[in-house]
Amino acid sequence: MVNGISYTREVEARLLLIHFLRDELRLTGSHWGCDTSNCGACVVWLDETPVKSCTVLAAMADGRRVRTVEGLAHGAELDPVQQGFAECHGLQCGFCTPGMMLTARWLLDHNPDPSAAEIREALSGQLCRCTGYENIVRSVRWAAKHEAATRAAGSGDGR
Amino acid sequence: MTAMNGAYGPVRRKEDARFIRGMGTFVDDIALPGMLHGAVLRSPLAHARIVSVDTTAAQAHPKVRAVITGDMLEQRKLAWMPTLSQDVQAVLATDKVRFQGQEVAFVVAEDRYSARDALELIDVEYEPLPVVVDATRALDPGAPVIRDDLARPPGNHIFDWSAGDQAATDAVFAAADVVVAQDMVYPRSHPAPLETCGTVAEMDPVSGKLTVWCTSQAPHAHRTLYSLVAGLPEHKIRIISPDIGGGFGNKVPIYPGYICAIVGSMLTGQPVKWVEDRSENLMSTAFARDYHMHGEIAASRDGRILGLRARVLADHGAFNGSAQPTNFPAGFFHIFTGSYDLQAAYCEVTGVYTNKAPGGVAYSCSFRIAEGVYLVERMVDLLAAELGRDPAELRMQNLLRPEQFPYTGPTGWEYDSGNYPHALQVALDLAGYPELRREQADKRERGEHMGIGLSFFTEGVGAGPRKHMDILGLGMNDGAALQVYPTGKAVLGISVQTQGQGHETTFAQIVAQELGLSPDDVEVVHGDTDRTPFGLGTYGSRSTPVSGAAAVVVARKVRDRARLIAAAMLEAAPDDLEWDGHRWQVRGDPEQGRTIAEIAMAARSSLELPDGVEGHLDAETVYNPPNLTYPYGAYICVTDVDPVTGEVAVRRFIAVDDCGVRINPMIVEGQVHGGLADGVGMALMQVITYDEAGNCLGGSFMDYLLPTSLECPSWELGETVTPCPHHPIGAKGVGESATVGSPAAVVNSVVDALRPFGVRHADMPLTPANVWSAIQGRPVRPGLAIK
Amino acid sequence: MQVPAYVEYEKATSVEHALSLLARFGPEARILAGGHSLIPMMKLRLAQPETLVDINGLTELSYIEVSGTGAAPRPRTELRIGALTRHAQLLADPAVGAQFAILHDAEQVIADPIVRNWGTIGGSLCQADPSEDLSAAFAALKATMVIRYPGGSRTVPARDFHTGPYETVVAPGELLTEIRIAIRPGGGSAYAKVGRRVGDWPVGAAGSAVWLDGDPGAGRIAEAGIGLTAVGAEHFAAAEAEEFLRGAPATEDSFARAGQIAAEHCHPVSDQRGPADYKRHLARELTIRSLRRAVQRAQDGV
Repeated sequence: MVNGISYTREVEARLLLIHFLRDELRLTGSHWGCDTSNCGACVVWLDETPVKSCTVLAAMADGRRVRTVEGLAHGAELDPVQQGFAECHGLQCGFCTPGMMLTARWLLDHNPDPSAAEIREALSGQLCRCTGYENIVRSVRWAAKHEAATRAAGSGDGR
Repeated sequence: MTAMNGAYGPVRRKEDARFIRGMGTFVDDIALPGMLHGAVLRSPLAHARIVSVDTTAAQAHPKVRAVITGDMLEQRKLAWMPTLSQDVQAVLATDKVRFQGQEVAFVVAEDRYSARDALELIDVEYEPLPVVVDATRALDPGAPVIRDDLARPPGNHIFDWSAGDQAATDAVFAAADVVVAQDMVYPRSHPAPLETCGTVAEMDPVSGKLTVWCTSQAPHAHRTLYSLVAGLPEHKIRIISPDIGGGFGNKVPIYPGYICAIVGSMLTGQPVKWVEDRSENLMSTAFARDYHMHGEIAASRDGRILGLRARVLADHGAFNGSAQPTNFPAGFFHIFTGSYDLQAAYCEVTGVYTNKAPGGVAYSCSFRIAEGVYLVERMVDLLAAELGRDPAELRMQNLLRPEQFPYTGPTGWEYDSGNYPHALQVALDLAGYPELRREQADKRERGEHMGIGLSFFTEGVGAGPRKHMDILGLGMNDGAALQVYPTGKAVLGISVQTQGQGHETTFAQIVAQELGLSPDDVEVVHGDTDRTPFGLGTYGSRSTPVSGAAAVVVARKVRDRARLIAAAMLEAAPDDLEWDGHRWQVRGDPEQGRTIAEIAMAARSSLELPDGVEGHLDAETVYNPPNLTYPYGAYICVTDVDPVTGEVAVRRFIAVDDCGVRINPMIVEGQVHGGLADGVGMALMQVITYDEAGNCLGGSFMDYLLPTSLECPSWELGETVTPCPHHPIGAKGVGESATVGSPAAVVNSVVDALRPFGVRHADMPLTPANVWSAIQGRPVRPGLAIK
Repeated sequence: MQVPAYVEYEKATSVEHALSLLARFGPEARILAGGHSLIPMMKLRLAQPETLVDINGLTELSYIEVSGTGAAPRPRTELRIGALTRHAQLLADPAVGAQFAILHDAEQVIADPIVRNWGTIGGSLCQADPSEDLSAAFAALKATMVIRYPGGSRTVPARDFHTGPYETVVAPGELLTEIRIAIRPGGGSAYAKVGRRVGDWPVGAAGSAVWLDGDPGAGRIAEAGIGLTAVGAEHFAAAEAEEFLRGAPATEDSFARAGQIAAEHCHPVSDQRGPADYKRHLARELTIRSLRRAVQRAQDGV
């Protein structure tokens, strides 16, 4: 299942998950940038866990749930992480961005108020060549604060 | 007039909308009906004669549609292609291979996995030849000759070039109180954009039109080159640079894989995609730096810097593929005179071939200014150490003063504007420099080691005036075309190609500012040669200085035309109208005004227009910059060093940049952030190393290490604004400033930390092993593998 | 990106099934766990197995348990780690952190957080890279490996598990299923690593585990385990240094001497990460630092 939709395909065992997503399902939002599992441009969720999809066979995802950047938004409404990246100039060329956002989403789901150091640690397996990381950290902090404010507004109105 | 209001400011980027949804279109995202996939067979050897190439088994693979060899290309006169440095480079090797990773054959197959499989079915027999990878040995008598394909005296010498007055410089040095000399290497590095290079080539067999989607920073230049190489007329070639995942100079040249994909499409009649993998990117595409430098600085005892001398050995790899203006084989290295008031300077650069990948100019070097800035800023620190002076004070003493501008330097550079001491002071204040020095002294007493390193740089960007700047005969001018539609929305076509710099936003802001529109109403079109005016592309930080100027000029042309039409609308004389930022209005009668949108509609209406005034709000221009622009900056880096293990941590980095008027400060800061990370990476971990057999040891991200979020501190930025006097809006450009200026600050910081150990210099990258070796008194020469 | 060669694939539904698949497909079959050691090798075509046996479904091999009651007939408690445990799980587990901080220290600097989400402990150990941090950490802890084969299982001390670079005692047809570490009182452990960059393989690393004599305040080391990574130490261990520390006072002098002995008995090789003498220097220095920290933790009861 990818982004909530079930797919059944016959694939070669050696087909990498990143290629399955991009070439077979045409979900080209996830990218690849290296040969050695270093760069993290390919990060997607596999069973709610960020993984490097260039180092996972499509066959290994059989029966599991995959989430890609295309599944970040809630319908037409952008996820706060996506909003944060746009607000804080957390992307330049956009190539590392899908992976960064998916890891950020996972981080905020598990640690709603991460420090800058925790954000940097969480993203340390993913390379960016454009931003120098500062605005990526700010983008995630923006999303954290935005979600905290939404939670506070939601819980404080007595409904 | 440069208004700092209106459309300028931290406008959120228009391009983000697609990228945050994962809906960018990068080359590898493109899938066309019937598209085939290419793969390149590469040489495992650094130098070898090709005895035979047997493709029989590969051709027999059920999913292979074509196999291309050097011999086949030779028959089409495509086996060699011109480089951007008036050399030639093999597209597919015919006689010899000259670097490990060189292209030998090209497979076209139905899918990328089969293409990869088929590579193993090609049998190439090589006869190994002796290898030279050490640039300092390339000119030895008896060194293996790499370019025996060239009809010229045998040997690996490419060029000699010099700048400055040698006699005057020698005299200054001879008379100086103090002379400090130092060898230093700027190691071979690689831009490594996150997206590798690639293309989808589609030769339409019926119309004869070639469409090439390509990771190209210079689509128009590519089109002209393909036209010259393949004999196809330019109007039959369309180059489309879609979204590009970072360029940094790596995506300026034409690579053999692109040509092979085009030929593959011609042979099969179907589109062919070729996207390189990371090892191909690191081993065969445009590398950066590899400058072996000897620097000398002459000064008076009281700290006045009098002269600079430099001798450089430039390693260009097996083919001279570096990209720089024709008249400058060593790029703008001769700006190594830096930001100081010198009496004399002289430099010599010798370029050589080695059995390594081709390139040299890449990675945001501003045409070798990175190398020059590193040299001068290290030399200034070495002088400070020699004189026992604080490096900030010594710089402040010697920086050019504002009243000295415009300033012509001893190697001919005309710096037009700057207030250097002010920028340095801002940086020192931001850093809390005196407190840092006190902290350093305290820590030293406790056996802890921190370093504070400075770098002050002057860039020369925005190439450039056509009278002395061309690439392969194409003058470095860029066009802009603006159309304002009847509803008042505008489309700006520009020749430069963004790879993340935010052109879709900043150029919209430029036009919006000039025409009183909202940036939302200005669409920027770029990257498609069918839809954009000619220009030389994006690199060397030239987008804002050249194309940005073109955008201003064309917007003002539109505005001037609008005045004439507004005059007709208002039944006034054009001279009676004044522009208030949003409207042409009758002077003294604000009720009588018209916006650009109103004028655009009127232009296309039945409104009667005076003779000679056409009914439209469109304009074009080609901008010939009168000079380069000179952004500058003052950087300060604070490091903590563990002298036992050699580990270095960058604690703080303060960067004050002056890039003139800032169209979008948010984007400017983002550019600086990215370049500062480059500096940390190059200073501490990045190097493409070769062993003596010519094996490239930096062919993956396991060994070519790039900085992560944990190595980078939270950058602290400051700014000064000294408008460029010749740019229409006073902007200078900033794309490469931080990459150019930062490595010296990091290295100066580490050397500063290690002074108690008697370390005077250590070459980048300052890995733990290299730092430790320097402390042991055995500095390591980078780039060649330890025996 | 580089891609693997053609390979066949089977999905195991149980440990027995996995073993029978290995038997059926012979020595050219490889176990596929997290794949974060194997798949990169396959992409570079340095490894070209004929068949992959995917064991990711064997949840029975994914656990971290403290077993034994501390009283007869199982007086010694053990930490048992299933081989399919992901690195991230080991790092997140509080029992692991409490008992064997060395494993947390090591995991913190292995690869990166995303790779740790999927790579497994068993996979890393079976890959047997000479620079594998966990190999040294388990060697320091004097762990025991449990290997299953059709019809039975055997245990192998961690120190005998690796027979050379990329070689272990796990025979074709066998499966590493568990790592066990005895929990003894008075223990403390730590790991120290130097890399060229976060997440890099170590230039050199050392892990120490100490068990203090009786009253921790007495300051005597009853027993020590020292693991060394990437410096050519036999079986990833510094046996001579351990011997020296048996009964030695827990002082800086002891640490220094132990570091010296450890450095003298390893065989680092010069490469891109650094020259051999630098690595030997790291072996000494990091042994000292990890010992110091391990003793501190033992004394703090941490």
